[in-house]
Amino acid sequence: MDAPEEKPTSGLPHGAAMQRNIVRRRRKGTVLRSIFLGSTLIGLVALAVLLFTIINDSFGLVALDYKVDPATLSDRPLEELSRDELVVILQDNISSNAFRTLERTTPMAQRSEGDVLGLVLERVVKQSVAGTWSLTDSLLNRSAIEAQVAAESPAATLKFRSWLSGGFLTTPMSSNALIAGVRTALFGSLWMIGITILFAFPIGTGAAIYLEEYARDNRFNRIIQTNINNLAGVPSIIYGMLGLAVFVRLLEPVTSGRVFGVEGSNGRTILSASLTMMLLILPIIIINAQEAIRAVPLSLRQASYGLGATKWQTIRHHVLPGAMPGILTGTILAVSRAIGETAPLIVVGASTFIVSDPDGPFSKFTALPIQIYNWTSRAQGEFGNIAAAAIMVLLVMLLTLNSIAVLIRNRLSRRAS
Amino acid sequence: MTTQDRYTLNARNMSVFYGSFKAINSVNLDIERNKITALIGPSGCGKSTVLRSFNRMNDLVPSARVEGEVIFHNQNLYAPHVDAVEVRRRIGMVFQKPNPFPKSIYDNIAFGPRISGWKGSKTEMDDLVEHSLRNAALWDDVKDKLKASGLALSGGQQQRLCIARALAVEPEVILMDEPCSALDPISTLKIEELMMELKQRYTIVIVTHNMQQAARASDYTAFFLMNAERAGEIVEYGPTGDLFTNPKDKRTEDYITGRFG
Amino acid sequence: MDDKASAGVSMDSRVAGVRRETAETTLNLRKKSRPGENVIQGFLLFCGVLSMFTTIGIVLVLGNESLHFFTNDNVSITEFLTGTQWSPQIGQFGILPLLLATLVTSFIAMLVALPLGLGAAIYLSEYASPRARKILKPVLEVLAGVPTIVYGYFALTFMTPLLQSIFGKDTVNIYNMAAAGLVMGIMILPLVCSMSEDALSAVPRSLREGAYGLGATRLETATKIVVPAGLSGIIAAFVVAISRAVGETMIVAVAAGAGPNFTLNPFASAETMTGHIARISGGDLSYDSIDYNSIFAIGMLLFLLTLVLNMGSRRLVRRFREVYE
Repeated sequence: MDAPEEKPTSGLPHGAAMQRNIVRRRRKGTVLRSIFLGSTLIGLVALAVLLFTIINDSFGLVALDYKVDPATLSDRPLEELSRDELVVILQDNISSNAFRTLERTTPMAQRSEGDVLGLVLERVVKQSVAGTWSLTDSLLNRSAIEAQVAAESPAATLKFRSWLSGGFLTTPMSSNALIAGVRTALFGSLWMIGITILFAFPIGTGAAIYLEEYARDNRFNRIIQTNINNLAGVPSIIYGMLGLAVFVRLLEPVTSGRVFGVEGSNGRTILSASLTMMLLILPIIIINAQEAIRAVPLSLRQASYGLGATKWQTIRHHVLPGAMPGILTGTILAVSRAIGETAPLIVVGASTFIVSDPDGPFSKFTALPIQIYNWTSRAQGEFGNIAAAAIMVLLVMLLTLNSIAVLIRNRLSRRAS
Repeated sequence: MTTQDRYTLNARNMSVFYGSFKAINSVNLDIERNKITALIGPSGCGKSTVLRSFNRMNDLVPSARVEGEVIFHNQNLYAPHVDAVEVRRRIGMVFQKPNPFPKSIYDNIAFGPRISGWKGSKTEMDDLVEHSLRNAALWDDVKDKLKASGLALSGGQQQRLCIARALAVEPEVILMDEPCSALDPISTLKIEELMMELKQRYTIVIVTHNMQQAARASDYTAFFLMNAERAGEIVEYGPTGDLFTNPKDKRTEDYITGRFG
Repeated sequence: MDDKASAGVSMDSRVAGVRRETAETTLNLRKKSRPGENVIQGFLLFCGVLSMFTTIGIVLVLGNESLHFFTNDNVSITEFLTGTQWSPQIGQFGILPLLLATLVTSFIAMLVALPLGLGAAIYLSEYASPRARKILKPVLEVLAGVPTIVYGYFALTFMTPLLQSIFGKDTVNIYNMAAAGLVMGIMILPLVCSMSEDALSAVPRSLREGAYGLGATRLETATKIVVPAGLSGIIAAFVVAISRAVGETMIVAVAAGAGPNFTLNPFASAETMTGHIARISGGDLSYDSIDYNSIFAIGMLLFLLTLVLNMGSRRLVRRFREVYE
């Protein structure tokens, strides 16, 4: 194109100038497009790095140091010995005074095998961790690590260890990272979530039905709706404070189980934590359930009313079955949130060190995220490793739940159509 | 014969409001027993609103309000003590778009009786389902797949299923809101034939925007039009033959001869 | 009229038997009492109203304990709001160090979350193919579903060493606000992205077509037409993001440090409001102590702060909807 023929009637570029203008604008477009794509990818990279960090810390070499070599205590590995055999070793190797003190706090007969093993490792073997290394380090710099261990703690043995193991899932909490497990925390989380669902699902669904099917558009109901939306944005730690003041303290007779004849507990129980979590996830359940109910076509309701069904019959037979996949999905999402919540549990007083499994709603308890928090806040390397392993357990739990949500949604929506 | 014997429903000065907007202005309409009465008129003139006022479906619209009376069995349906649920059981409804429940054909029919406190046995229910489907001329199409979903049927079959469903609660009146507007011509014809059958035992009120349908299938026709305030009113009401061949009102004539939008 | 009537009669006579019967046994249309329905409706109403009690409970609990706190002889509201030292042991209750740490960590988080979240939203809504969207969006949502304690671990074991290796161990404290803030930004990114994307995709096609029709490039359409049109929705996303950052607890509790510190240095350790509440209530707390009361006063401030932000955000979203729906 030749510029000169064109009459420059305005400030707009013409001919070659216009070509240049377009090229420049296109180049700018390409640059920014890459920036936008980059922003999106940073999110993905962050997720990948996060997962990598956790896996990287869950496996790796560990240098174990002993005061007494376990091989001198028994010809079999200590982990394979029965409780009684362990008690004998313990009795033989520590002072009778020390043993009596232990017996006084908790009789040996009442201690678990893991507990006694812990005592043996702690008091007799005096096992300690001289150092831990991440998975990548362990694989790439093995010789350097071996040299370092040989130089710094010649007595130590270097072993490759998977911090996440079957034993990790089935042994209770311990102050020794090498034998600590998440059993107690896992049971605590499951109890808490079970009771939370028991309350939150019917109440949340009920509130959604009320707001969508019964509530007229008046000031009162608008306030309820606004209030639910506001509650969804309240920081979780505030719910913890509400739970502390109301469930733990004010309703202590109920939440400690005293009115039901359970003694020896204060208000810091699974029940208190569950009720707190219920309040926390109710807004999420309600808002999701409302959407699901709203998606049920009006024609179904009309058909039902047209046959002389009452309001509840219409809801029970048509609205709820139609909305159920959505309600369940929303509930599971809310529950996954509750499983990972830590702050409110800290405030209502989940115990950080507890070794006995919870046995009901009025037990003291600990939970998986509390355990992770507790281990993360300790400086020693091996606690970082078991924190990572516990995070793996938590993430697998969440993944399972979300897969169930997807399955339910697919199954139920297929049946409906 | 008394009024009560001859007419099933009588609307007396019935007006319908949506909030402060008057949608229907003072309708007087006597629906004769065992006849088909068609409500016709341009869209937006309030035919469906009138129809829905006959079984209190308008209750479901929060802002809707009905003034005047609708007499059914010597009782005003809008009297404060009247139970809307009971009204709808006696006066059934078929909607514009077929709306079967996402359940089996069998359960679609059985739903109404069950919620109304059905006490009969399983075989009696089977009989009722068969009877309703036969009356809706659907039995032969579906007798081998009663457990199949109602949604698996064709549009015309779905609409007959909705009619069968309405019949199962043994109403006296069936209100039909443009029941054929979503159907093909053959299905439409089937529904019209069905209406002719059904009027032996039921009173039928049908809203239609299809004048041929009104002329073909109804005994009486009411012609509605919006007045200056955009409220629907009855312009003319009479035996279908008279209304179509010899309209008394100029506006009716304009409408049926197509001189109207 | 006569012929019509006679037709009616002849028609009637065939089914008269049936009809007469129903007409004679006078039809009862009276309202039935349905106790079941009422019980259910009562229960549903209770469910709906329970949320009101939650709010009232929060306000009462926080208000009541704060009142105890402020009526204590050692405390004055002015000192609470203007004091730069928070050390309960010596009766110093100035909220500013805690508030400042909250603001610094939130600010750093916003530096990450807002540009990246908006960039990702523009990419997903204006550039990405439907297939790419279908893959990218769920992955970002996974990021939103990771528990915050996991992010805390990530901040401490990945972000802090990373910062230390860049800026030197002497500059970067093992517990520091920068690591907590950066990781918090990553956590909030998906929220900003999905809310902004909603706002962008709600902008009508006709506006985009208008811009293309004038010869605008895709970028010009996105940044000069679509983003300004969706602006109030995007700002709403930003405001909710700030509220989320202010209320976030576990990341700062793990990674930002324990102990109030009145500083703007992002590499220094400083305790935020939420971090302080978590640490104090995690210990053995006596219910009658001033420490116990003090965390409720902090909680009250936190609650009001997030409430104002959330309400502001929803107002923006509503205004945005009114324009386009």
